[in-house]
Amino acid sequence: MKRKKSTTLFIHLFLIISVFLVSFPIIYALMVSTLNIDEVYSSPPKLQFGDNMLNNYREAWQRSNMGKLLFNSAFISITTAVGKIILSLSAAFAFVYFGNFPGKNILFIMILITHMLPLPIRIVPTYQLMDNLGWLDTYYALTIPFFASATGVLLFKQFYMTVPESLLEASLMDGITPLRFLWSILIPLSKSNIVALFTIEFIWVWNQYLWPLVTTNSARVRVVQIGLKMLIPSDAQPEWNVIMAALIMGVIPPLLVYLTLQKSLVEGFAMQQDK
Amino acid sequence: MNSKFAKKYRYLAYLLIAPSITIVTLFLIYPSLESLYLSFFRSTPFGNRQMYVGFENFQRLLTSPAYWNSLIRSIVFTAVTVFISIASALILAVVTNKKIRGAKIYKSLLIWPFAFSFAFSGIIWGVLMHPNVGLMSYYIQLITTLEFNWINNGTAAFTLIIIASSWRMLGYNFIFFIAALQNVSPTLLEAADIDGASPFTKFWRITFPLISPITFFLLIMNTLQVFFLTFGVVDVLTQGGPARATDIVTYKLFRDAFLSMRTGYASAQSIILFVFVAVITVIQFKYAGEKVFYQ
Repeated sequence: MKRKKSTTLFIHLFLIISVFLVSFPIIYALMVSTLNIDEVYSSPPKLQFGDNMLNNYREAWQRSNMGKLLFNSAFISITTAVGKIILSLSAAFAFVYFGNFPGKNILFIMILITHMLPLPIRIVPTYQLMDNLGWLDTYYALTIPFFASATGVLLFKQFYMTVPESLLEASLMDGITPLRFLWSILIPLSKSNIVALFTIEFIWVWNQYLWPLVTTNSARVRVVQIGLKMLIPSDAQPEWNVIMAALIMGVIPPLLVYLTLQKSLVEGFAMQQDK
Repeated sequence: MNSKFAKKYRYLAYLLIAPSITIVTLFLIYPSLESLYLSFFRSTPFGNRQMYVGFENFQRLLTSPAYWNSLIRSIVFTAVTVFISIASALILAVVTNKKIRGAKIYKSLLIWPFAFSFAFSGIIWGVLMHPNVGLMSYYIQLITTLEFNWINNGTAAFTLIIIASSWRMLGYNFIFFIAALQNVSPTLLEAADIDGASPFTKFWRITFPLISPITFFLLIMNTLQVFFLTFGVVDVLTQGGPARATDIVTYKLFRDAFLSMRTGYASAQSIILFVFVAVITVIQFKYAGEKVFYQ
């Protein structure tokens, strides 16, 4: 493919501007997190890095109890992501490899229907249910209700259907049991789908806001999102430098998960396309 | 699929599905039905007694200007955000997908916002546009002499939540478009090149039709996400204000359910939101069928 030099130059220029526009808010957050409070409130606003970084991060860590917040968020994100993966890959396995058993369609529809029931549609009764179960202000409320995943079941079901049938036939001839087939053949094959789902779900749970806001109250189970909001006072001048420092710390884990698993994420989705 | 495990393993199929079904029934289907039930009751001002009131909650909602304000603002907010984030993600994905140097670096720098929550995105943009400390609002005022004060001005606040949400959705959409574009066969595009097709023709005649299933999928997912999950942006920034300019449906629902404790009234709102989801779902099946979903 040949392209004129000027076109290539134009494309680069366009992309550099776009990257700048998209990344600027993050760079700005980083900058603010290094300023002292006078610099934050100076006019005109500063577009530079300051030298108060260490103080801000130390202050943010202590004031928000960041260690505990990060632990809680990581714990519920990993637990929920793993729970979703296990439940959805076993359900998808049952839907694909066991023929037409009675009730199959209705069970599948029940799982699909969860797409139609986002939290706001059932928030009051689900909250009351947590209360009745004694789950308010516990990890249970933040994890178990989210273990089912229509997306996950669809993703794995779709993937299993692309696995060559000869693989099952050969295994059946060897007299393999279903669970062994799932464990030693299908799961290793599904690796990039598993990783893709893990990435998406980890970030998803990490960033959840409304549910932890209504179901948690104590620092014991508080997550990063809520802890950060609590740093913003409603009646005083917010210390934006400290808040930004906390925000940066709070976004590093999902960012790391994303960067580590980036390749598989795109592969996992690309495979879905590949038919 | 023709071959399958023997009938004697059928119990195992049920066993493997059971955990998902239990969770779905207990925490999704049952509470949704309960929402419907509660929507016909009103909690008495003192104590926990519930009074059956028929359709009164719905009647009050649908005749309330505050609720219509909330609904209309949510719909406009969602439509604009979805349009901006899908269109810009698509353009950027198509451009970065060209054979250029550093394409990988550009790609990874454009996905960033995906890791940020709506609440975090709200905080960053809130500060960037802050009337007292914000860098961007300062220069906007310097250049245009217009004051962008989202703390006092409803239009500014509404614009701000659109910007913050679009920025976050951009990263999400970008990932899906990149994955989809990887499957557009380069030979097809090269053939078009030989025929002397312009870049625009190539895009509209080849690339766009091939990725339209994913575009449609994103349209549906974005609409639901922006409509239902942007609560965080509003809660950290404006709490529905100023003058209810950012009082989107999920925020109003939250206030009525958990601050004013009007559970019946809030549940009726849940049911109205379900109607919205149902409409989206019907559109989805009508125009795409099940297939698009899995593609």
